Amino acid sequence: MREIETVAQPDQRDIILSVNDLTMMFGRRKQQAAQLRARNRSKDQILRETGVTIAVDNISFEVERGKIHTLIGLSGSGKSTVVRCLNLLLTPTAGTICFEGEDIQAFSPQQLRDYRRSKVSMVFQSFGLLSHRNVLDNVAYGLEVRGVKKADRQDKAMEMIEMVNLKGWESKAIGDLSGGMRQRVGIARALANDPDVLLMDEPFSALDPLVRRDMQFEMLSIQEKLDKTVVFITHDIDEAFMLGNMVSIMRDGRIVQTDTPEEMTIRPADDYVRDFINSADKAQVYQVRNFMQVPSSLVKLQEGANTALALMRANDVSSAYVVDKRMGFVGVLPLDAAFRVRAGELSFKEALVTDVPTTTADTQISDLIPTASQTKYPIAVLDEGGKLVGIISKARILTSLA
Amino acid sequence: MSEWLREFPKELYIDIKKPIDQAIGYMMEHWGPLFDGISAFLRQILLGVQGFINLIPWWVLVLLVFVATWRLSRDPLRAVIYAGMLFFIGMIGLWGLMYTTLAIIITSVLISLLLGFPLGILISFSSRAGKLVRPLLDTMQTMPSFVYLIPAVMLLGLGNVPAVIATVIYSMPPIVRMTNLGIRSVDQEVVEASKAFGSTRWQLLGKVLIPQAMPTIMAGINQTIMMAIAMVVTSSMIGARGLGSEVLTGINRLESGRGFAAGIAIVIMAVLIDRLTQAMAKEKV
Repeated sequence: MREIETVAQPDQRDIILSVNDLTMMFGRRKQQAAQLRARNRSKDQILRETGVTIAVDNISFEVERGKIHTLIGLSGSGKSTVVRCLNLLLTPTAGTICFEGEDIQAFSPQQLRDYRRSKVSMVFQSFGLLSHRNVLDNVAYGLEVRGVKKADRQDKAMEMIEMVNLKGWESKAIGDLSGGMRQRVGIARALANDPDVLLMDEPFSALDPLVRRDMQFEMLSIQEKLDKTVVFITHDIDEAFMLGNMVSIMRDGRIVQTDTPEEMTIRPADDYVRDFINSADKAQVYQVRNFMQVPSSLVKLQEGANTALALMRANDVSSAYVVDKRMGFVGVLPLDAAFRVRAGELSFKEALVTDVPTTTADTQISDLIPTASQTKYPIAVLDEGGKLVGIISKARILTSLA
Repeated sequence: MSEWLREFPKELYIDIKKPIDQAIGYMMEHWGPLFDGISAFLRQILLGVQGFINLIPWWVLVLLVFVATWRLSRDPLRAVIYAGMLFFIGMIGLWGLMYTTLAIIITSVLISLLLGFPLGILISFSSRAGKLVRPLLDTMQTMPSFVYLIPAVMLLGLGNVPAVIATVIYSMPPIVRMTNLGIRSVDQEVVEASKAFGSTRWQLLGKVLIPQAMPTIMAGINQTIMMAIAMVVTSSMIGARGLGSEVLTGINRLESGRGFAAGIAIVIMAVLIDRLTQAMAKEKV
């Protein structure tokens, strides 16, 4: 069946999944909500009047075979809800979803199971792995529920484990794996079923930026090798543009624009899309947390100037960071002030510079440039509770953007 | 008029004692064969369990506790202490009574688990069933056990069988609750993943929900066992033999030593069973 379709005319797009007028509401009084919606009431108004949340609001898109289609939007834009409708983990309130022209909501329970077992697989944000099984048995899970014989499914699972570069880890417990490795298991598990479509719900969002980069490249190479259709959910515009042949931007449950990344850059449908694309260069990767350092001269308030001096000398820096017992940030002790404390000219407390600029770990680096150009000392990075979690130097701020 | 405000008006009294008496009387009269059947069935199970335990010579059990403790804790000293504690029960002359008590506990726990585990699964799936079952469980746990010991004796006679029933009533709630809790707290994404790979309901239950909930279920089993042990003395009041009746005899005859000896044996049993089942649970998980 598959072969016939792949030889289809090159100019005819080969649509594997099509979503038409999909609407998803959460709450009891859906009918009333739908009526209000038909009368063009806003979503907020409907929520207030009926208690119904409209998570997905009448969207349509098509996914071409062998392509990566990314859905991007901020959290709460409905993208995770959409992907869960594609394998009916959630039943849409209205609209149709067709797989190879067949309405999947018309499937019998058995047909739906077969569809999930052999046509679509899913990869989850927090992996969704079975912690009581080892890597091999996790990867083999899909084959197991399908009823594949033990020896066969283990062979197939081993093959997938090799493909995601986890060979040698097959008998390890899930708890022994790092986040990146766990997601490799998740991908291997999804691929083991040899599905036509991979649904990926923010698969790399829980990983740190370097691992995420690796996984994105690996994802592309796997896709090239296996030629799967992928529906990829993300909130990271860089990721969406890097992976997607086609990108749909979602906002408040609606799709604002569906286009190729190139088209979208040249002709954004509206300001929202333009802003989204412009935010590309300062996305997550450029948060302070990825560039901050542990301060080499960290002094407790009760330790005093001599300790601070010793530390500054040992680390060859000209300022020390002073914290209280619970790591709460107090201030900066400059080298010259420390000497004056030792000479008895100042008390330790007087010597502290407390009105220094601070920032938080999720601040964008680019927002710090004005501050960085003025401050004398590296900027202290604090958490919500005012605890010192790191420092970021002027040099790092400026070079990170180069 | 002011009388009404000061004291609860007598005019509003209703009598629920008589209808309950009548209901029990009716059951005794008309449902006799049913209760005889239940009684006979429980006695068979009890005899089976007792017969099996009695096959185990004292030194085998001591050795078993020693080996099990060593393997589970990898602590030879602890193994010696536990085996020594069990040995002590024999030394104070209570080995036989302990076996009788053990048989009642094991039977009760088996029945509790057999009924409670599926019930726990059921209410984890259906919130409506949960709404029905939860007040029932609350009642089972808080109703003073003497209250249902009386009808149990009237319907089933004195002896070990009503003791088993009373113990089951008292010890079943934890396994039901913990099974329900364990299954409900399985990571939602894991459940979604299992469904997304086309699992049937039974596959979801057997391959994902129960194994993932196992630590909580194990804690429930442990609780059930502990509750069953706690009923040992109470149930001796309706004629259950074993360590509990020994305590009761001690009380009745004002023989403190006798009461304490049996009490100590019960404590030792409880501690050994608790520690061993907990260690086994950890091993499994």
